[in-house]
Amino acid sequence: MSITNKASKLVEELKNRHGEVIFHQSGGCCDGSAPMLLPKDDFYLDESDIHMGNVAGVDFYMNQAQYEYWKHTHLTVDVIKGRGSSFSLEIPEGYRFKIDSRLFTEEEQKHLST
Amino acid sequence: MSHSKPKFQEKYGNFIGGEFVPPKSGEYFDNTSPTDGKFIAKYPRSNKDDVNAAIDAAKAAENEWSKTSATERSMILNKIADIIEENLDEFAAMDTYDNGKPIRETTMADTPLAVDHFRYFAGAIRAQEGSASELNTNSVSLIIKEPLGVVAQIVPWNFPLLMFTWKVAPALATGNCIVIKPAEQTPSSVTLFAEKVKDVLPAGVLNIVHGFGPEAGKPLASSPRVDKVAFTGETTTGQMIMQYASKNLNPVTMELGGKSPNIFFNSVMDKDDAFLDKCIEGAVMFALNQGEVCTCPSRMLIQEDIYEEFIEKVIARTESIVQGDPYDMKTQLGAQASEDQFDKILSYIKTGKEEGAEVLTGGEQFQASGDYKDGFYLKPTILKGHNKMRVFQEEIFGPVVSVCTFKDEAEAIEIANDTLYGLGAGVWTRDGHQLYQIPRAIKAGRVWVNCYHDYPAHAPFGGYKMSGFGRENHLMMLDHYQQSKNMLISYDKNKLGFF
Repeated sequence: MSITNKASKLVEELKNRHGEVIFHQSGGCCDGSAPMLLPKDDFYLDESDIHMGNVAGVDFYMNQAQYEYWKHTHLTVDVIKGRGSSFSLEIPEGYRFKIDSRLFTEEEQKHLST
Repeated sequence: MSHSKPKFQEKYGNFIGGEFVPPKSGEYFDNTSPTDGKFIAKYPRSNKDDVNAAIDAAKAAENEWSKTSATERSMILNKIADIIEENLDEFAAMDTYDNGKPIRETTMADTPLAVDHFRYFAGAIRAQEGSASELNTNSVSLIIKEPLGVVAQIVPWNFPLLMFTWKVAPALATGNCIVIKPAEQTPSSVTLFAEKVKDVLPAGVLNIVHGFGPEAGKPLASSPRVDKVAFTGETTTGQMIMQYASKNLNPVTMELGGKSPNIFFNSVMDKDDAFLDKCIEGAVMFALNQGEVCTCPSRMLIQEDIYEEFIEKVIARTESIVQGDPYDMKTQLGAQASEDQFDKILSYIKTGKEEGAEVLTGGEQFQASGDYKDGFYLKPTILKGHNKMRVFQEEIFGPVVSVCTFKDEAEAIEIANDTLYGLGAGVWTRDGHQLYQIPRAIKAGRVWVNCYHDYPAHAPFGGYKMSGFGRENHLMMLDHYQQSKNMLISYDKNKLGFF
């Protein structure tokens, strides 16, 4: 996983304002299929949430069932101007985090499977 | 009649206690139109103080409203339906400008359906009865339906007036007071609704609080002073709302989207007739409402022996879709609801191509002209691939369908059910056995058989699996907003003899 500089800067600002946060990848309707930035203590995490990595000092999680369909792709957290109606913390600032995906290269796949 | 952009005030308030009031913080946010990227109006950026004021107003109205007769509430719902119908063009124009959907749909679908839903629940509540059972010679059990009290509702932006209606009509019919948060992308038609019905509904029965999820949605969903939370949206926020509700042991209903399969068996091609024409239209339903429907038939499964001939017709029909001015009654596909939505869809098309999906048509922006050149328009897109690709598994929420083939019934069912979701599905066949057996084997709450995208008030709608739970519409919806009071009555004059 990685994160763009622009997204990283916004994460830093939001961390200063809201304290410890996590990313959780959402699925489904309307504002779904997007990463949500949430106060760490607000979201109940357990073994059904896969830890995907750490970006800009923030742990990124995804539901296990969803992960099965995503695991062959490299994810980059980016940010765009926009308006969502989820509970993600960047929304009041007029931004939406988003995910850009690309397939892992063969070399990366090898590295991941070892 | 010609249609045009509606007029707006500079700014609007929350609707609390029967009046429009400014947000307590004095802060507003700008609402813009996805049709042309232009400013519409300012709406309140509410916080927990506004939510609490709305709950106070609902609590104050609760006692009196909960005691109104079904007859009175039914009359009010019918009046509301009449008001929407009388102002149909105004409501339709507003949803078109706010959401981006073409005027043809808001005029012929969204708004008339909202009218009909109010009328349906006006009728349903009068026909509803409790029950009485004689348990033995001396005991009778009565079940009386009671309202829950104050309910919290959070609605999405894809059908602004209609999704509001789906939640509000049954809650009002059953005698509940409401605090509702519309989506921040589409606050306009709901505000118009409040303006038009404020003299019909007693003050405090319906309260509308605008604002953002983390600032207004969260205090509403987590309040210990509400008696139920109903939510339509995505899975992570759905889970959070359930967590908040669990602290208050509140009931919740969740409608969280899908990745609905639309299955075409080879018999559809047996004849070149009106039914085949209907099937082709059914396949192109992925583009309805710009694909921004939780039941969008976003996976198309075609039996392999008819694939080539069938997809050729589907591509031709897709390419004949009329795009452009959303206020032209001939326009069939409007703007995506927001820039981030537009961007997300293009990103998914890119991911699909990287995964090896073939673009059969579309796959790029539609450049609108004139006033609408800065809007967010996409060409309807068909991707060919296989069911393990991410474009087959994730809700794209755009005019994008992912197509694959299947050999036989068993494989069709396997692919259809190989998804995290279970909201909608479509089955198309001329075979009388298939049209019953296949829908029964699909794990989804609504299976359309030889039709798609029909949403009558009289049919229950809701999901299996990660699409959520609870139902909307239909008589059974009343139960989701009611308590069952059981009175257990003894007519026996003699003691039990225990003590």
